Amino acid sequence: MNDVRIFDGPSAPRTNTAGDPSRRSFLRTGAAALGGMAALAAALSPLRELAADDVPNLDDFLQKHYKEMTAAEMEVALERIRAKVEERYGVRPHVRDLKPMDGVEFGYALNLSRCIGCRKCVHACVAENNQSRSPEIQYIRVIEMPRGTMDVEKGSHHYDRPEVPEAQHFYMPVQCHQCANPPCVKVCPVEATWQEKDGITVIDYDWCIGCRYCEAACPYWARRFNFAKPSLPREQLNPNMSYLSNRPREKGVMEKCHFCLHRTREGRMPACAEICPTGARKFGNLLDPHSEVSEILKTKRVFVLKEEVGTLPRFFYYFDERYPNQLDPDAVAIAERLREEEGDAYGALPGVNGPSAAALALASPQRCHGARA
Amino acid sequence: MTTYLKFLSRCFRLSFVGDARYYAWMFALTVCVLLGINAYCKQLVYGLATTGMTDQVSWGFYIANFTFLVGMAAAAVMLVIPVYVYRNRELHDLVIFGELFAVAAIIMAMLFVTVDLGRPDRFHHLPLRFNFPSSMLTWDVLVLNGYLLLNLHICGYLVYCAYRRREPSKIFYIPFVFIAIVWAISIHTVTAFLYSGLGGRPFWNSAVIAPRFLASAFAAGPAFLILTLSVLRSFTTYEVSTKAFMTLRNIVTIALTINMFLLGSEAFTEFYTDSAHVASAKYLFVGLHGRSALVPWIWSAIALNTIALFLLYMPWSRRLPVLQVVSFMLIVGIWIEKGMGLIVPAFIPTPLGEIVEYLPTLNELLVTLGIWAFGLLIYTILVRVTVPVLAGQLTYDKRFAETKAELEAGLAVGAR
Ligand code: SF4
Ligand code: SF4
Repeated sequence: MNDVRIFDGPSAPRTNTAGDPSRRSFLRTGAAALGGMAALAAALSPLRELAADDVPNLDDFLQKHYKEMTAAEMEVALERIRAKVEERYGVRPHVRDLKPMDGVEFGYALNLSRCIGCRKCVHACVAENNQSRSPEIQYIRVIEMPRGTMDVEKGSHHYDRPEVPEAQHFYMPVQCHQCANPPCVKVCPVEATWQEKDGITVIDYDWCIGCRYCEAACPYWARRFNFAKPSLPREQLNPNMSYLSNRPREKGVMEKCHFCLHRTREGRMPACAEICPTGARKFGNLLDPHSEVSEILKTKRVFVLKEEVGTLPRFFYYFDERYPNQLDPDAVAIAERLREEEGDAYGALPGVNGPSAAALALASPQRCHGARA
Repeated sequence: MTTYLKFLSRCFRLSFVGDARYYAWMFALTVCVLLGINAYCKQLVYGLATTGMTDQVSWGFYIANFTFLVGMAAAAVMLVIPVYVYRNRELHDLVIFGELFAVAAIIMAMLFVTVDLGRPDRFHHLPLRFNFPSSMLTWDVLVLNGYLLLNLHICGYLVYCAYRRREPSKIFYIPFVFIAIVWAISIHTVTAFLYSGLGGRPFWNSAVIAPRFLASAFAAGPAFLILTLSVLRSFTTYEVSTKAFMTLRNIVTIALTINMFLLGSEAFTEFYTDSAHVASAKYLFVGLHGRSALVPWIWSAIALNTIALFLLYMPWSRRLPVLQVVSFMLIVGIWIEKGMGLIVPAFIPTPLGEIVEYLPTLNELLVTLGIWAFGLLIYTILVRVTVPVLAGQLTYDKRFAETKAELEAGLAVGAR
């Protein structure tokens, strides 16, 4: 089968059917071929608009999977990221590859009696993690839930009133639950996403092929996709970065909450826990019996969302038993103070300037609606 | 080998020859392909934001078409089974047209997955870190490629034998035919598992998805063949017996009946239970909280399928024009049901209860059009080449006598 003699294949019109290959038919074929070429070139013309740094170069192409890189190769990759960020944003970033610490498994506990729905965690997360600002990508979604139900379908995602918290509701922030049995990892065809030793599910943004299977698989709607080229104003860039967390992403890849691993693997709190004005968010090491989260798991009646899907989240919720039917009065007082101090900005809907004009021209109305909503 | 290359080259040249209608059809398809390429280039530049997809509805028209086409490809077996298992000679040659369509359908399906990728430039990551057997998507890659090769081999071999006027040697294709039968069921089953294995999407998380896939495919595939054969019968000298049409009609009738039955059981389970899981189904059939973009789609699909089924059970559909209309109706009906009706509602509402609707954008529609046109282009060429070979108009013998040079080349090969 292997003695393929290519040059025996289609060649000159020597064996054409009856009649001589006349000059005219030759010209006609030539004209048709030329016309076809011109049409093809016209069809391909939008590619000229492709930004130069959007086209992957050979180094990008040959870069290995995170787990296969040696220390030296990782250093090369990090240097490439630094150079790219510097070129794009004019800032030399501090990029590292932080490994999980031994004896640590991170967990989150959220006190629903203290969350006032102010969305400060949403904004702090965007600022910390260099998400695209237009269209804006957020990892945290705060749902306003009527009291007396846990059915998220009854909740409102787009509440927009300055008087949060509203007495008849409680507020439930949702982000990646860092499942111990994560369906998103199971389905990824190229192993671009995996669970690390400290329980954080990460994504290699340079390996993801953008199939969005993980987004379909996640029961908590925690994943976000870069449908357009992320845009991030220079002055808003956070230069403290790591490979698996908040370095700037490219168009066409998946991202999500990673418990701020560039902070937490150095012993700091995630940005959302740090900013929370009421202390509703508690973060820590589940393996340390004296950590605050461990105490909460031992002493409070915690629960997880959608326990029935068997994902074993490391993100727990609880209500304060002292206040069965209302928010913690202490938290309400904080909300009142904030409302006075911040005015309109308080509890604001996340800002979205919309996708770039060019992309918008091609997009459907409901896409913009979805983005703005 | 030389003969084989000559065969390919003749086929290649033949695909440029035809009457005015052929040229017009091919020209129209080429224009559509170019429009699709143009739209895809825009998508490459601006990203998938050029589609109607969002984080809320993260799969749309592309994946819907992919699903439908996998089904069409699998349906080729429906014709293979009676021929080889029950020795129904009527359908013998027609199997080739079914399998040729399988080839075109698989190519289209793969293109749809490719255009859906955010980073097609990283396609080589797939073989490098192949997440097998954990990810159903890797299974799908394997079975689809395997199916493509199997079908290429079977039709290639049979057509080549006809060209050489040889009796095909059984050992070279019968085993493959039987493998292909099992394989065809696998491509559809694996594709169904792609969806039904996701615990976070109750709408898909149902055991009936795979059987429903098979049933609907076995209706739409043969229906498409009825249309192809009708074209052949009216535009070429190729003999298509009425009995072949009637066999296809029977297959379609049975498959469509089963499909409607499964759809009914699914709807019953959802709506009678009326648990929180019903939200997506409600959105699909009647709308949810005043949002109802999919309602007209699914009801037109149900209407088309019901009318088609009714007509199939009536004697009128023995008449070819009626049968053609019925086939067309049910292809469209199943296309909607498998596509917009199966893929999109699973995302609405989102796992967090948000309702964001989805409609494809113009750019997305153009890419889709381009892929369909490309698939039809391939299929047209394959059929265009196969018909004269099977009809004995293009054979090695005829060529053999034609030119002296050819004669010598042929002798050289014969001596091997
Ligand atoms: S919440 Fe979703 S994205 Fe996060 S680990 Fe679980 S399945 Fe994966
Ligand atoms: S989108 Fe990326 S991370 Fe998600 S499944 Fe596909 S390749 Fe894996």
